[in-house]
Amino acid sequence: MPKDTGIGASPKRREDVRFLTGDGNYTDDINVHGQAYVHFLRSDVAHGRITSIDTAEAGAMPGVVRVFTGKDFEGVGSIPCGWQVTGRDGKPMQEPAHPVLAQGKVRHVGDPIAAVVADTPAQARDAAEAIMVDIEDLPAVVDMKAAVADGATKVHDDLENNLCYDWGFVEDNRDAVDKAIKDAAHVTTLELVNNRLVANPMEPRVAVGVWEKGTDNYTLYTTSQNPHVIRLLMGAFVLGIPEHKLRVVAPDVGGGFGTKIFHYAEEAFCTFAAKACRRPVKWTASRSEAFMSDAHGRDHVTKIELALDADHNFTAVRTETYANMGAYLSTFAPSVPTWLHGTLMAGNYRTPLIYVNVKAVFTNTVPVDAYRGAGRPEATFQLERVIDKAARELGVDPIELRRKNFITEFPYATPVAVEYDTGDYPATMDKLSEIADLSGFDARRKESEAKGKWRGLGVNCYIEACGIAPSNLVGQLGARAGLYESATVRVNATGGITVMTGSHSHGQGHETSFPQVIAEMIGIDESMVEIVHGDTANTPMGMGTYGSRSIAVGGSAMVRAAEKVVNKAKKIAAHLLEASDSDIELKEGKFSVAGTDKSVAWGDVTLAAYVPHNYPLEDIEPGLEETAFYDPANFTYPSGAYACEVEVDPETGQVTIERFAAADDFGNVINPMIVSGQVHGGIAQGVGQALLENCSYDSEGQLLSASYMDYAMPRAADLPMFTVDHSCQTPCTHNPLGVKGCGEAGAIGSPPSVVNAVIDALHSGGCKIDHIDMPLTPSRVWAAMTGAAAAGHGTAEGRSVGGEV
Amino acid sequence: MYNFDFERPKSVADAVKALQTEEAQPLGGGQTLIPTLKQRLAMPSKLVSLAGIDEIKGVCKDDQNRLCIGGGTVHRVIAEKAMSEGFPGLTGLASKIGDPAVRNRGTIGGSLANNDPSACYPAAAMATGATIVTDRREIAADDYFKGLFETALEEGEIITEVKMPIPEASAYMKFEQPASRFPLVGVFVARFSDRVGVGVTGASESGVFRWTEAERALGSDFSADAVKGLSVPADGMISDLHGTAEYRAHLVGVMTRRAVAAAQ
Amino acid sequence: MASVTMNVNGKPVTGEIEGRTLLVEFLRNGLSLTGTHVGCDTSQCGACLVHVDGEAVKACTMFAAEAEGAEVTTIEGVSNPDGSLNTIQQAFQDYHGLQCGFCTPGMVMSAAALLKDNPSPSEQEIREYLQGNICRCTGYHNIVKAIMAASGQDVSRIAAE
Repeated sequence: MPKDTGIGASPKRREDVRFLTGDGNYTDDINVHGQAYVHFLRSDVAHGRITSIDTAEAGAMPGVVRVFTGKDFEGVGSIPCGWQVTGRDGKPMQEPAHPVLAQGKVRHVGDPIAAVVADTPAQARDAAEAIMVDIEDLPAVVDMKAAVADGATKVHDDLENNLCYDWGFVEDNRDAVDKAIKDAAHVTTLELVNNRLVANPMEPRVAVGVWEKGTDNYTLYTTSQNPHVIRLLMGAFVLGIPEHKLRVVAPDVGGGFGTKIFHYAEEAFCTFAAKACRRPVKWTASRSEAFMSDAHGRDHVTKIELALDADHNFTAVRTETYANMGAYLSTFAPSVPTWLHGTLMAGNYRTPLIYVNVKAVFTNTVPVDAYRGAGRPEATFQLERVIDKAARELGVDPIELRRKNFITEFPYATPVAVEYDTGDYPATMDKLSEIADLSGFDARRKESEAKGKWRGLGVNCYIEACGIAPSNLVGQLGARAGLYESATVRVNATGGITVMTGSHSHGQGHETSFPQVIAEMIGIDESMVEIVHGDTANTPMGMGTYGSRSIAVGGSAMVRAAEKVVNKAKKIAAHLLEASDSDIELKEGKFSVAGTDKSVAWGDVTLAAYVPHNYPLEDIEPGLEETAFYDPANFTYPSGAYACEVEVDPETGQVTIERFAAADDFGNVINPMIVSGQVHGGIAQGVGQALLENCSYDSEGQLLSASYMDYAMPRAADLPMFTVDHSCQTPCTHNPLGVKGCGEAGAIGSPPSVVNAVIDALHSGGCKIDHIDMPLTPSRVWAAMTGAAAAGHGTAEGRSVGGEV
Repeated sequence: MYNFDFERPKSVADAVKALQTEEAQPLGGGQTLIPTLKQRLAMPSKLVSLAGIDEIKGVCKDDQNRLCIGGGTVHRVIAEKAMSEGFPGLTGLASKIGDPAVRNRGTIGGSLANNDPSACYPAAAMATGATIVTDRREIAADDYFKGLFETALEEGEIITEVKMPIPEASAYMKFEQPASRFPLVGVFVARFSDRVGVGVTGASESGVFRWTEAERALGSDFSADAVKGLSVPADGMISDLHGTAEYRAHLVGVMTRRAVAAAQ
Repeated sequence: MASVTMNVNGKPVTGEIEGRTLLVEFLRNGLSLTGTHVGCDTSQCGACLVHVDGEAVKACTMFAAEAEGAEVTTIEGVSNPDGSLNTIQQAFQDYHGLQCGFCTPGMVMSAAALLKDNPSPSEQEIREYLQGNICRCTGYHNIVKAIMAASGQDVSRIAAE
């Protein structure tokens, strides 16, 4: 029987009512009395030296409050990077300054040069056009391999070169890996591009900065996944505002997908300008602006080699990746191709030797940082593609090759420094086989062929490390922050509960799922629990939502705080019941003395806590409110198996997704409806990466896909209904809920199955093609089919973002 | 966008008068013009909305079996009326432009006046040999389209009507550009008793064109096989992020065959 | 500045506008009806979709001046008279057809326009109708399912959850 309340139930989402009636409160819906508007003048060249800026005419335009340039920010800090990676040479990465407004040079199309604050948005934009800027063009650095060649133009004049770091992992394994590959019975090699993407949450970024003269307090309203992180980074590192004088509010946020984790220049600008102008300052990005200012995702160029012995056991994996950092280091950028990527290269398989080399490169492009999955999709894609290629080369079934190499014993310590606590990879593969009806594929292929279409089946597995992250571990790895989460559980006198969480919901439904956990723990109705999030003024210091961490880390903090509340409430109940607190049980909202019929209701205990007339004041304080900070002992390791069936039109190369199935193991599941929704959305983004989405620059560093006219977003007609299942559950062993997290799985697990399916379809049609780089657009597939062009050879140039089709 | 004055005349005569102001520009449904204005790629002094002019709205059939479409008629109405007047090819075209909201606002006159190289109507206008009627003259389709975003229209000239001969059989096949969903290549095939018209949009660097070689072949044998061996040269085709010139040239053949098959 | 008068959600409203004022700007800034959202500047995402004289229109691609005298309906005007969710809104909640909620007003308004023309659309017809409404969260699965359910069709056979 499905439950209708508590953990495992799927109550309707309470937040939906305001979103469905237009009553949501997104940042752009916030207008502060007296606010002015900022328009940023952004660079239209990729690389250049600013020789002069004349703002006189702009400053005299109607409605203009003030014009700002880099000069106004000379005493202001640099936008900080939150993670320091150490290279193979033992030296820390090269870390350039990242000014709020350009200082001396512009380094990508969209780099802000100046800003006009005016009474209306149109006046600000009109005046921005009147700013005279002279820029001496410099050669654009776009191609990653060229960027690190000797004598290359430098993106940052004060750095040694364009190489941010050269990272090896695990360095001690390197020689052994080389030897294993040399000695292998078979080695499969694949060169590929993980295409640059733009996260594109439907709500563009917005910031409203407010300064109060009477108190010298600041408030920033912003579209963020983690308001406390923004407060810390912006307050301590950029503007020098103590945290207690700065409030950051992230109200309803219209999707994030990673790109709203980071601290952006526009946030610092609006906060700074609010004081400078003595007026609130608001910025609302247009979508065109978002394309050139939101951090991008992915953008790796990789060579992977998989070694197998004569029995087809994997013996070694060696990879070399060029990872694009863009022009500046965004908040978490250095960690993405390293600790979020290299540590996942074992995948679901017993590969004893692994060596990962990553060269992070500065280019004259928008900064690249975490996007849904962040490093893990890149790891999964290359591994699951090379396994498929190996199976084809060896003439074996790709599913059987995977099964043969599955890790089956847990805990399992990989050669890339992580220890999987639980998992059951054969079970998810079995489940996939059932829900995807793999045995019916041959018949479906014949039906497609009868219609003149080539049908392909692609399968892959994935593992991800999420529930980010143990603070002491990430500290050793270079993180400049802790990655715990916090919660305050405030019980009110009448028994209702307010949970103030450091997690942030921007589509994940925390306002519904978090109360399910509290309701289950205490035995009260979910409607008695309210979730507060997104405001540093009324939530404890939290790290926010990303890395599929909310229920695993934030939920655990909430459980720990609730446990403290229950323990204290038991003491109060024991007093009221004149029993020992060790004999008190809490069940269905009632405290009872074990083995007796004596009980007291939840509400009577909570009332006693705040009206302590009959109360053990000598032993415990009045009130019922507890805070917990939860720091996870390990990552969590969701895993799964995905299957995609495609049809390819042999005349046009058009690929259509015919079926898609996902069997995931998320451990315990709080709200199955929400979890399925997360998987659906992740799959859609993964299919988007595989077939449609491509953030592309030309060799001059001009952004070619700068709007929805050229950046292909998945639409309803591009996708089928999905079959998803999360009944395979191996609970996480180290958090109190046994949960693993589900937010990124779909985006991590789906791209390889799509590409594997297309390659399978092409082979069935007689086109013996090893690989096509994503996105597999009709033009690229057709070119590969006809041999009309070298499909997917962005790799050879080291540029994943080139303008070629 | 830059600011401008806004006028909403009730008659063609008033619109023509309103457009005499320097840098005044007519506004059809605005589905292309408004995004262009947002990017500040145009700076009209005045926009003259044609949406209030009832005399240029509506669809009827004339005594020469032509579908006479008011320049201010929106795509949704054209799709409905073309079907009831026996012109399913035009319904297929109009019912797939953009999306439903775009089809409720966008007009045929606006589309033809703008002459985007990836617009759909120009293919139908060319294939059927349509006549573009303006406030001051009639222009044959072959003389009307002058290249990318260029037409025979003069400053302030308004398309009041499009007269499109109704073919015996017709179909439009569009291969969508994955992002904008405009045609990467769109082919309109129209069979008349005495000739066949093939209009191609989206493909060529010089805008919409008639594929005369295919017209001749189909004129003697209206079947997909008749154009199987034919191809357009890749030279002069658009090459961009979404498709090479070779690919577009290839698609012209494929979409033509599919349009012929659909028109059978 | 000029003056414009229209009916919005059944109420007559008058406001001052510039020639360039878009309908969505008038609704959001002039009338504080912030349920209509702006997600792009190329008329593709549909977050701003409203009904003008009963027809689906992108409020970001229509000038406020063009709505003179029109009947405009926004997401704020579609709930049942008692304030409860209407059939389509309720189906979106029942079938988890929204996550972050940003595209949702446009989706609901688009679905209403579809069901007015086609009371029992097929899955394919719904998907094609949503060409101009982009959602980044849901993968559309539950949106399509919700619209089918709102039209009274049995969706129990569509993949669960």
